[in-house]
Amino acid sequence: MIRYGMVIDTQLCIGCGDCVVACKTENKLPAGLNRDWVVEATRGRYPDLTTEFRSERCNHCSHATCVHTCPTGASHLWKDTNIVLVDAAKCTGCKACIAACPYDARLIMTPDGYIDKCTFCHHRVEKGEDPACVSSCPTHCMHFGILDEPSSAVSRLLASRQQKVLLDETGNQPNVYYLI
Amino acid sequence: MKRREFLKLSAILGAGTAAPGFLTGCSPPPLPGAGAVETSPTVCNICFWRCAGTVYQENGEPWKVVGNPEDLHSMGRLCTRGTGGLGSYRDPDRLRQPMLRVEQNGRQTFQPVSWDEALDFIAERMRGIAEQHGEDRLCLFSHGVGGSHFRKLMSGFGSRGYAQPSFAQCRGPRDVGFALTFGEGVGSPDRTDMEHSRCIVLIGSHLGENLHNGQVQTWIQALEKQATVITVDPRFSVAAGKSKHWLPIRPGTDMALLLAWMHVLINEGLYDADYIARYATGFEQLAAHVQPFSPEWAFLETGISAAKIRETAREMAHHAPASLVHPGRHVTWYGDDTQRSRAIAILNALLGSWGRKGGFYIQEKVDLPDYPTPEPPKPQSDWLAVVQKDFPLAPSGITNAIIDASIGPDAFFKGWFVYGTNLPYTIPDSARNLEAAAQSLDLFVVIDTMPAEITGYADVVLPECTYLERIDPIRNSPERNPSLAVSLPAFEPRHETKPAWWMAKQLAERLDLGRYFPYDDYAEVVDWQLQQVGSSLEEMQRLGVKNFPRTTPMYFTPGQSVEFFTESGKIELHSAMLARFGQDPMPVYTPPERPEPGYFHLNYGRAPAHTFGRTINNPQLFELMPENAVWVNPLVATELALNSGDYVRLKNQDGVVSNRVRVRVTERIRPDSVYIVHGFGHTDARQRLAAGRGADDNGLMTRILVDPIMGGTGMRGNFVTLVPEEYTA
Amino acid sequence: MLEELLVTVRSNPKIDPSLGVWSWEIPVYLFMGGMTAGIMLFASLMVLLAREEEFPFVARKLPLWAPIALSVGMLFLFLDLSHKLYVWRFYTSFQPSSPMSWGSWILILVYPVSILLAACTLRQGYPWLGRLVDRFAIGTAILDFSCRHRAVVAQWGLVLAVFLGFYTGILLSAFSARPFWNTGFLAPLFLVSGMSAAAALVLLGTRNEHERHTFTRIDIVLITVKLALIALLLVNLATGSGVQIEASQMVFGGEFAIPFWVFFIIPGVMLPLILEYWELKGRRRAWMFISPVLALYGGYMLRHLTVDLGQTSSYLNYVNAFDPALLDLLR
Ligand SMILES: Nc1nc2c(c(=O)[nH]1)N[C@H]1C(S)=C(S)[C@@H](COP(=O)(O)OP(=O)(O)OC[C@H]3O[C@@H](n4cnc5c(=O)[nH]c(N)nc54)[C@H](O)[C@@H]3O)O[C@H]1N2
Ligand SMILES: Nc1nc2c(c(=O)[nH]1)N[C@H]1C(S)=C(S)[C@@H](COP(=O)(O)OP(=O)(O)OC[C@H]3O[C@@H](n4cnc5c(=O)[nH]c(N)nc54)[C@H](O)[C@@H]3O)O[C@H]1N2
Ligand code: SF4
Ligand code: SF4
Ligand code: SF4
Ligand code: SF4
Ligand code: SF4
Ligand SMILES: [Mo]
Repeated sequence: MIRYGMVIDTQLCIGCGDCVVACKTENKLPAGLNRDWVVEATRGRYPDLTTEFRSERCNHCSHATCVHTCPTGASHLWKDTNIVLVDAAKCTGCKACIAACPYDARLIMTPDGYIDKCTFCHHRVEKGEDPACVSSCPTHCMHFGILDEPSSAVSRLLASRQQKVLLDETGNQPNVYYLI
Repeated sequence: MKRREFLKLSAILGAGTAAPGFLTGCSPPPLPGAGAVETSPTVCNICFWRCAGTVYQENGEPWKVVGNPEDLHSMGRLCTRGTGGLGSYRDPDRLRQPMLRVEQNGRQTFQPVSWDEALDFIAERMRGIAEQHGEDRLCLFSHGVGGSHFRKLMSGFGSRGYAQPSFAQCRGPRDVGFALTFGEGVGSPDRTDMEHSRCIVLIGSHLGENLHNGQVQTWIQALEKQATVITVDPRFSVAAGKSKHWLPIRPGTDMALLLAWMHVLINEGLYDADYIARYATGFEQLAAHVQPFSPEWAFLETGISAAKIRETAREMAHHAPASLVHPGRHVTWYGDDTQRSRAIAILNALLGSWGRKGGFYIQEKVDLPDYPTPEPPKPQSDWLAVVQKDFPLAPSGITNAIIDASIGPDAFFKGWFVYGTNLPYTIPDSARNLEAAAQSLDLFVVIDTMPAEITGYADVVLPECTYLERIDPIRNSPERNPSLAVSLPAFEPRHETKPAWWMAKQLAERLDLGRYFPYDDYAEVVDWQLQQVGSSLEEMQRLGVKNFPRTTPMYFTPGQSVEFFTESGKIELHSAMLARFGQDPMPVYTPPERPEPGYFHLNYGRAPAHTFGRTINNPQLFELMPENAVWVNPLVATELALNSGDYVRLKNQDGVVSNRVRVRVTERIRPDSVYIVHGFGHTDARQRLAAGRGADDNGLMTRILVDPIMGGTGMRGNFVTLVPEEYTA
Repeated sequence: MLEELLVTVRSNPKIDPSLGVWSWEIPVYLFMGGMTAGIMLFASLMVLLAREEEFPFVARKLPLWAPIALSVGMLFLFLDLSHKLYVWRFYTSFQPSSPMSWGSWILILVYPVSILLAACTLRQGYPWLGRLVDRFAIGTAILDFSCRHRAVVAQWGLVLAVFLGFYTGILLSAFSARPFWNTGFLAPLFLVSGMSAAAALVLLGTRNEHERHTFTRIDIVLITVKLALIALLLVNLATGSGVQIEASQMVFGGEFAIPFWVFFIIPGVMLPLILEYWELKGRRRAWMFISPVLALYGGYMLRHLTVDLGQTSSYLNYVNAFDPALLDLLR
């Protein structure tokens, strides 16, 4: 199994939302639906403050509760990777996978009704390109690659910097890392 | 955990409301890019950074725009707004056809007319103005590349009146302040060498929110290399959040800080003595001048501790000359802006950063010949001497001065062309004057892509197609390397819109000025120019961007003698010219007015999702940020019993009340200020998404602090109070 | 102080600001499923224990309501699907890790058994219906077949009823992503509640004093157990992880307090309990139908509130900086 992941440097992220627009245009999402979003977290009291920006999306969890819960196999892993995809032709729209995702990373495609989500842009990954969000980010704070390959840029970043994942406590083993 | 704010009871009792879903089937959509993909080069026109990119279509449908990797402005990545550029093409509320103001049953309205009708009308009025008042009485307001075609038309006609809001409402003070000091301005893209800086000082400049692409990228590169960032801002900006030192300055007191920094650098001998001796003049005067301005003195004005002021000054000096005190861009703040920009320039001189790696680099552009056209006639008068006589040091048109010179029967200007600038939302407190001008002018033409508020004043509205549907003049901006970029139409113009070059040429032909537009298609001009530098339209269609080698060094070489374009040929720490014109030869500090109890400084700035007011109605960007919010410190919120998400109106000292705006309670703002993002609060109902969303800062700016040197409009002298929505509804 | 907010707008329908993917269809489905389980449990038991004479309604009439309730439940499950034409996809694979998949296959098994259970009691329970069915050869065959294998059918009915009852609770409690559901008490609670609903049906339908009396007692026990399980569930949550504590807090204060106590616990649990207790003591006979109706209402409310509470409880607490309703202008 090839484990793809993202490493996002919150020290460099400016919260500009380019990743969100890029995802929407690349993947031709209908207006009002989002596969990714940006969170701002400010801690402290004026004037002792820190602000962290995080571009968030599906974590392509190693323990993908959404896939486990899907009754039809519509939610599945792409090839031999951790990339979680939904096969619209198998999806009943039962929405169990939505309830199963602690990150609320899934959405209902309108008007069709099947479930949609971040695909890690596998159509680009297949061609050796970075996902659209990663390759649009003007601060270059997003990185994509194979996590288990020690020489990959993502692995080296993880080895060299402090990091966190979101909702580690759910046990989903997310594969989007945030450098802090 | 608990995020739902509405009461679920309604859902329990009103169980019948959810309609059953669709019974329709679907086939999964094909993967993006699986169809027939076509590309064409573009230059983003969503802001003035002008990044080069590539427009993608799939199966004949617009798909996406991405940065051109060869491009120095974008380094291959567009910003949020550029990525959302297709929205400007798709916007369903775009202007569709020319419109003429007509009287109908005693009421004025716009009537859609043919291009011929609209252009004939304009040409006739132009002739009328020439006959009655002279050929020199037209002026052009412009903010955008297409304006150059109209400029050509006007000068051929005999009028030179011209202003951009980017001077008197934006970077005029810095251009003048730096020119007075170094003999040259900072230019655009700004010649800041941030990728090599070891220390960057941001005075306001809210990089990150201000999303001038290459600028943000080079700043981030510096951050990545652990450069020290010192941010001076009353608000905890995005940049402040990435800074080693955040100096939450009392608004309007930056000059005190800058003088104190000079004081430390000079008194502690930390300035670049060799650089100053070699290149500058007036050091003795400056050293004497800054003596009273100790950090202890500055603390009382700015609220920044003396220790912090010393520490940061030393840090700057430590990294000099790779220490950049960023000149800022929108600097029309408190009326003393040229002087503050001069103070920034002087500080840079003391650090020796001008012309040095990590400071300000020397720009180069391609020596691109103009398409040969006849010399335009010499105008009958020097309009600058007439209209801007109070501001002899202003090198360009001052929008607000031109408006004043267009009101009343004796006004100098009789006809306006307004290209790509939404004046009532751009020039503070201008609505009244614009109305008065509209009454006096014989001709008022607006060329825009959207039904912006400015169109409401016009006699004729000409709808331009967007940058994605037209060919624009070659981009040849001074940069690290000489570089050209072309922007070709990716799509057919929608509706009956036309490019500016076509409009200008059509008008010229009606006025027997066709000789200034000796081509059938502007593409001929672009091709000819490209041929002169060894390229061609055909090649650029493929490349989009072409970089050329530099011919001169990017920095001063050690010991190099440099002739600056100032009067003295040196960096002028003391400006004899300013003294001659009755201005302070060295910057002085004037304390700003402070708000009365219950009032707050009205602070404003940019959000990364939008460019001023022009993108609010862009569906792709509206989706990211559909309104603005007013930032309020929790102490203030508690006192006024406000919560995040409440709506309030802002009311200024002169009783002007804003549209309703959401409250955001945040520690990121000083308790003496409130903050909103500029560009919201549109009123023209034809912009269906933007109209009525959020508050407009511009309307609240009724106390304008005019810069005595360059005539710009200082915009930060206003105070507002917060009125909860229920009291105003 | 921590200020955490979304600086781009999130407004995915039915997911933001908090999950609302399941409104009332799924609660109806769960309720009907639970009731089916209860019906089959009681009916199978009576058949197996050969207490048909003693409990004529339960043993002979009640079984017919199992396939009916199940059909209604499955109809609502179908109505909830947002990609309806693909409903058959449930039956092109079996996903062992998916409770939903287990459920759809259990339903496939329950359905014929519930029909057989109804069939084997039909001629006695609803003679006119029995005659109607007997008009068709195939009908007679089915009725005869079921009668012949009565015991086996009842055995299967019992086993599947327990599966089904547990399943309706497990379906939700398996969602570890939703703190309010993530407790082991949900499955027994839903099973007991399903039985209580079936008991309420009995109280509504029976004309037999002994049967009524016994089932009133049974229901009192069931409701009491239910109450205890609810209490345990809340205690379990309130002493759980941070997000679970917050989830439990929703019913003690805030938006769910009134629906939970005023619209569920009091009318749907306490009142039937009191009324049925009075009834045992021989009071308020004319109002008899009220307590089972309230108990049924309580059974539905339990599902509805559980579904809602679970969807509202979350690991996340993002708020939009800007009004997400404005995006409706684009849709
Ligand atoms: N996304 C986006 N980016 C843009 C634009 C846009 O429209 N959208 N416009 C572009 C243009 S044309 C320009 S000119 C630039 C403008 O961008 P900048 O040159 O960065 O403009 P400023 O006025 O410096 O920035 C506003 C900041 O000044 C701070 N401020 C307010 N009062 C004071 C004060 O008294 N002292 C100090 N030190 N700081 C103060 C505010 O808190 C705020 O953070 O942005 C450019 N970039
Ligand atoms: N209150 C306040 N005033 C400000 C500022 C502020 O922060 N606050 N910022 C100041 C600064 S820094 C600047 S640079 C100025 C900017 O001032 P402007 O450039 O006037 O800003 P916009 O409001 O974006 O107006 C641009 C107009 O051009 C139109 N347009 C867009 N694209 C095209 C095109 O391709 N062709 C044509 N013909 N029209 C087009 C848009 O529809 C819009 O009506 O504003 C200044 N004024
Ligand atoms: S594009 Fe990059 S910098 Fe901008 S919000 Fe996304 S991750 Fe952050
Ligand atoms: S983040 Fe959610 S949708 Fe993505 S793999 Fe994990 S559980 Fe599934
Ligand atoms: S909605 Fe579709 S993808 Fe999600 S669990 Fe149901 S069938 Fe699987
Ligand atoms: S990886 Fe692709 S699908 Fe996922 S958020 Fe990024 S752009 Fe969107
Ligand atoms: S900075 Fe952004 S909006 Fe401006 S030209 Fe570049 S991509 Fe376009
Ligand atoms: Mo500007």
